[in-house]
Order: sequence, then C-alpha cells, then structure tokens
Amino acid sequence: MASETHEAAGHAAEASGMPQLDFATFPNQIFWLLITLVVIYLILSRVVLPRVGSVLSERQGTITNDLAAAEELKQKAVEAEGAYNKALNDARAESQKIAAETKAEIQTKLDIAISKADAEIAAKSAEAEAAIATIRKGAVASVKKVAGDTAKEIIATMGVKADAKTVTAAITARMKG
Amino acid sequence: MDQFSIKSLFGADTINWYTPTNATLWMGLAILAIIGLLVMGTRKRAIVPSRTQSVAELAYGFVYSMVEDVAGKEGLKYFPYVMTLFIFIVFSNFLGMLPMSFTPTSHIAVTVVLALLVFVSVTLLGFYKHGLKFLGLFWVSSAPLPLRPILAIVEVISYFVRPVSHSIRLAGNVMAGHAVIKVFAAFAGNLLIAPLAMVGIVAMFGMEVLVSFIQAYVFTILTCVYLKDALHPSH
Repeated sequence: MASETHEAAGHAAEASGMPQLDFATFPNQIFWLLITLVVIYLILSRVVLPRVGSVLSERQGTITNDLAAAEELKQKAVEAEGAYNKALNDARAESQKIAAETKAEIQTKLDIAISKADAEIAAKSAEAEAAIATIRKGAVASVKKVAGDTAKEIIATMGVKADAKTVTAAITARMKG
Repeated sequence: MDQFSIKSLFGADTINWYTPTNATLWMGLAILAIIGLLVMGTRKRAIVPSRTQSVAELAYGFVYSMVEDVAGKEGLKYFPYVMTLFIFIVFSNFLGMLPMSFTPTSHIAVTVVLALLVFVSVTLLGFYKHGLKFLGLFWVSSAPLPLRPILAIVEVISYFVRPVSHSIRLAGNVMAGHAVIKVFAAFAGNLLIAPLAMVGIVAMFGMEVLVSFIQAYVFTILTCVYLKDALHPSH
C-alpha cells in the first residue's frame, strides 16, 4: 500500500501534474496533428467532397427529372381523360339521336297503322250497323205478320171472322206505341 | 490522469517531435475511421444510398449547410477546410470515448493549433480580401461617435481572446468529461458506493457522447462565424 502510493506520487511528480501542460510533448503532438490534418484535408478535398457532391447533385437531377416526367404523364392522363369524356359524350348523343329517330319512325308507323285500323273498324261497324238495321226491319215486318196471324187465329178461334184491315191497323198502332 | 499522458509507442525514452506516440496512433485511427465512413461508405455512389453512405451524406450536408447559412455563399470556397476541422474533431472525440483510448482533442496543444489555424487564416483572409477596411470590424459605425473608441478597444480584445476561448472550450470539455468518469471509476472500488459510481459512469458516458458531438459542432460553427467576419467585416 505504502509503496503503491509512493509510486503514484512519483509518477505524478514525473508527469508534473496535468499531462496537458507537459510542454515537452507539444512539438510531437503538433507535428502529428498537422500531418493528420493535411492527410484528412487531402482525403476530403480529393476524394470525398467531389464524390458526395456529385452524388447529391445527381440525385437532385434525378428527382427533378422524375418530377418533370410525372408532370408530363399527369398532363397526358388529363388529356386522355378529356378524350375519353368527349368520346363518351359523343356516343351518348349518338345513341340518343338514334333512339329518337327510331322512336319517331315507330310512331309514324304506329300512327299509320292506327288510322288504317280505325278506318277498317269504322267500315266494319258501318257494315254491321247496316246489317243490324236490315235485320231489325225484317224483324219488325215479321213481328207484324206474326202478330196479325196470331191475332186472326185468336179471333177465328173465338168464332168471329176477323177483319184483316182492322187487325193490321190495330197492330200498326200498337207497334208505334 | 494517466489516460492523458503522451507515451512513446515503441518504448523510446525521450519523446522527440517525430517520435510515434499514442497521439499518433489515435490520430491515425481517426484517419482510418474517416476513410472507412467517407471513402468506403460512398464507394458505390448510389442514387439510393446505403446506410453508411447516407451517414456520410448527412455529415457533408450538415457542415455544408452550416457554412452556407453562417458564412454565406462566398464561404463555401472554404468548406473543405471547415469540413476537415469538423470531421477531425468529431472522430477524435468519438474514438476517445472508447475505453483505454487516447483523446487527442483533450490536449491544449492540439486544440490551440486548431484554433490558431482558424484565427491566423481568418485574419489573413480578412486583410487579403478587404485590406485595411478589415479594421472596420473593430470600428462599430452604428454606435454613437464618442463610444466608438471604447467599443473598438473592447472589440480588439474580444477578437484576440477568440483563439483562447475557441481552444480551451474544446479541450476543457473533453478533458473534464473524461476526468469526471475517471473520478467515478475511482469510487467504484468501494463496495458500498460502487452501484452509484457505476450509474454515474454510465450517465457521464452518455453525456460525454453528446458533448463530443456538440463541442465539434460549436468549434465548427464558431469557425464559420469568424469566417463570416473576415468575409463581411462591416457591422
């Protein structure tokens, strides 16, 4: 223990306190420091700084180019979208036009057919009415005859000779009522 | 304080100016580390950088924007010199954080040389660029006339104190951190306070890592400020 402290004390005395203030080592440190600085300076200025600088500017250039390309592509995309929309609108207008034409065509055809059918129907109904009228006339005549015959028969059955004229007149009067 | 002493590498008794010492060794290791990060890391020159390359680019961009922001566009001409200082200090500091290592930047001899290099070159640059107008740096033309001579004295003194504070700040911070860790380590021999001492060492180590970077940053940004004064001496 004693020798250890003695040794430490001796060492401290030899180094005269702080090694930083031991001026004997100054020339040595300064010499090696200057060499180190020169070496670092040469490494940096010859190799590192140009290299890193070129890498950084190259990257900057690449980024700028890519951004420009992206801008261009975006422009193209916008144009394509415009063309697409235009085509879509054209197609839509075209289809609407075709639809309207077809509709009009069908409408005219339909109108013609309807009017034709109407005429036909009118002709048919007129014919039918005429037929009905004839039948009705016939029917009325038959009714008169049947009524006259029946009335004569009834009267004959009662034993009275029927006056054909009176019967007919009576029937005609009735038919009117 | 043993960690700070300069020793001959190959057992020579006297340390001459050319003797390879542990300072030589650790400065050489700093150079190797710099080559490893900045030369090997950027070898591929990839557009999409690898991790090492992006660290190298980060260091480049950090110092580059510092010089540009503080000293202006004209300052970029001196960017390689500033980068040399920054990268040397950063690597010396961080390598010095390894156990059993030696930290060149903990020595006044080293930091004084660094600060004097900045001081002398910046002063010469100022006179070279502006001639005697560079002295306008000391003549505060925006102050009232009677005050100007007094301010000039203050400015001159502060100008010449620059290299002192510039160098002592770096060496002092690095040395103090290492010394405090050493003090904690000395306490670790006592079983009772050993846990506390270990916690202290860990905490100090973390702070020292921070200080290693911050002091390199401070040294570099002050260099940029001095450079700006040389390029634009008027107030």
